[in-house]
Amino acid sequence: MSTAEKFIPSKKYNTTAFILMAVGLLAAIVLYITTHGAAATPEEQQANNAVFWAALLQNSVFFLMICNATMFFMCATALAWGGWQIAFTRVTEAVSAMVPIIGVIAVVILLSIVYGGNHVIYHWTDAAHVEHDSVLNFKKGFLNPTFFTVVTILTVFFWSLLGWQMRKLSRSTDETSWENPKQKYNFQFKNTVTAGLFMIVFALTVMSSIPWLWLMSIDAHWYSTMYSWYTFASTFVTGVAVITLFVIYLKNKGLLGIVNKEHLHDLGKFIFAFSIFWTYLWFSQFMLIWYANIPEETVYFQSRTKGFYSIVFWTMFIINFIVPLLIFMSRDSKRNYTIVTYVALLVIFGHWLDFYQMVFPAVSPDKAPNLLLILGIALFFVGLIIYFVGRTLSKYPLIATNHPFVKESVIHHT
Amino acid sequence: MAIKKFITGNFYDEKVLFPAVTKVRKAGYKLYDVYTPFPIHGLDKVMGQKDTDLHIAGFIYGITGTATAIGFITWALTVDWQLNFGGKPFFSLPAWIPIIFELTVLFAAVGMVLTFCWLCQLAPFVKKDHFSPKITDDTFLMAIECTDKTNEAEAVAFLQSAGAADVKVEHRETGWWFGTYDKDTVKFGKPVPEV
Repeated sequence: MSTAEKFIPSKKYNTTAFILMAVGLLAAIVLYITTHGAAATPEEQQANNAVFWAALLQNSVFFLMICNATMFFMCATALAWGGWQIAFTRVTEAVSAMVPIIGVIAVVILLSIVYGGNHVIYHWTDAAHVEHDSVLNFKKGFLNPTFFTVVTILTVFFWSLLGWQMRKLSRSTDETSWENPKQKYNFQFKNTVTAGLFMIVFALTVMSSIPWLWLMSIDAHWYSTMYSWYTFASTFVTGVAVITLFVIYLKNKGLLGIVNKEHLHDLGKFIFAFSIFWTYLWFSQFMLIWYANIPEETVYFQSRTKGFYSIVFWTMFIINFIVPLLIFMSRDSKRNYTIVTYVALLVIFGHWLDFYQMVFPAVSPDKAPNLLLILGIALFFVGLIIYFVGRTLSKYPLIATNHPFVKESVIHHT
Repeated sequence: MAIKKFITGNFYDEKVLFPAVTKVRKAGYKLYDVYTPFPIHGLDKVMGQKDTDLHIAGFIYGITGTATAIGFITWALTVDWQLNFGGKPFFSLPAWIPIIFELTVLFAAVGMVLTFCWLCQLAPFVKKDHFSPKITDDTFLMAIECTDKTNEAEAVAFLQSAGAADVKVEHRETGWWFGTYDKDTVKFGKPVPEV
């Protein structure tokens, strides 16, 4: 095992990424054409156009939030002074480096929706309507374009800034030889403080305001205080699944020599545990609303458990809960590279479906939009992540050999 | 229950114990057990012990709990005593999920504890024979079980050469029994070895 090994993306690797991006762009174009055709009334025209923008919204926000979830993984383990994840920390860092890239795309899409003049997705942007809508009028302090813009831009900025700082700190260890023990102390101090700062930003954004603004405000009259937690659980499982897939890919290439089944086992545990955590939040939200049976609350599930959306609703429940629960319950399956790969892929798809049913039943309640085309747009982001993660990985040593906790990671076992 | 003959040796260092365990197994002696005051990582692998199946039992108990809860609540609220809660259907699964979950956990937890006690032969008022009280304090004790083919003198010498101190040949009760272990001087017609 060479300690200074680097990942050189093969030609096939980059070609695959570009093909996926091309397919995604093509899907977006096809969806644009099909949704921007002539319609009977201007209202119908607007509703059709909204599907296109909702598809961009769903995909960009989903992939931005799963890349940011890897930041959470990095900072949570850094705060806990965890050692086991250092073996593949460069993979986590490479995925988290996607936040600025997808962040810019997502900000552009979100602001286009807010200022684009089409009020189907975000009803609250329609000032004339809000005037005589008492519910939206009451929420005006929170749901208004200025607040939305400022918070969105600040959020993506701070995610990117603190992510950049965390990555810089980790990469700074490559050049040090730790002659003075004080250096390690200083590194640990800076690392912990940066991770702590990110946690504060994360708590104020992903765990509270951001899912309310970006996703829940699509159902502007409805609200749920658990929504952000539920979204966080969804993205965190997916983020860990993405890390796992990259780790397995690099292992297959014969790289990442110090990563072994023990690390895979722990990543599997994360997917298992947070799948159950996601279900717990999903069910807590569902049961309270079902039990109280207040019309203004049940409206959210009314559109999601009827017709086409009910298929999506129950499919994603099975993929996101039953599958990880039953398959990952046994220790052997969490240590099996093939099983972990398939479950990780399924979980990513399942949570993508979860985001699909968060967005579309409100945007287009009567007519289900073309699931395949929207899934095609997701391929653009998949290609983007594959390409840029490969590029980031190729720039720096694949293993943080000089990290203070690398020994803990090598001897880690469960 | 059976009284068996053992050769026991004490170790004071993990670095001596691990190679000794490997040597004893390679030489073909029947390794009965190794007693330590605290868990030692990796010792189970060196001893060649396979993973426990306790969690499979736990899964079965859990499923039993789920089935019991679903079955009972369904029967009680849809067949035996129908109650109208705010116009909800009699079969209202979401409301039962917390109870189903709790019963699953209860069955799995209690079942696994009882199975664990049964596997380890632990129960109230049940006595077990110990090789030495020092294994709860500062000593690692390795016990080799004597079979028909074991040459005692040879085994003692082998254990000593592997680094064991205070090697003894002794008879011990391997099972468990009801009684007053610390007061009985005779059990199963044989004198109790001094502890």
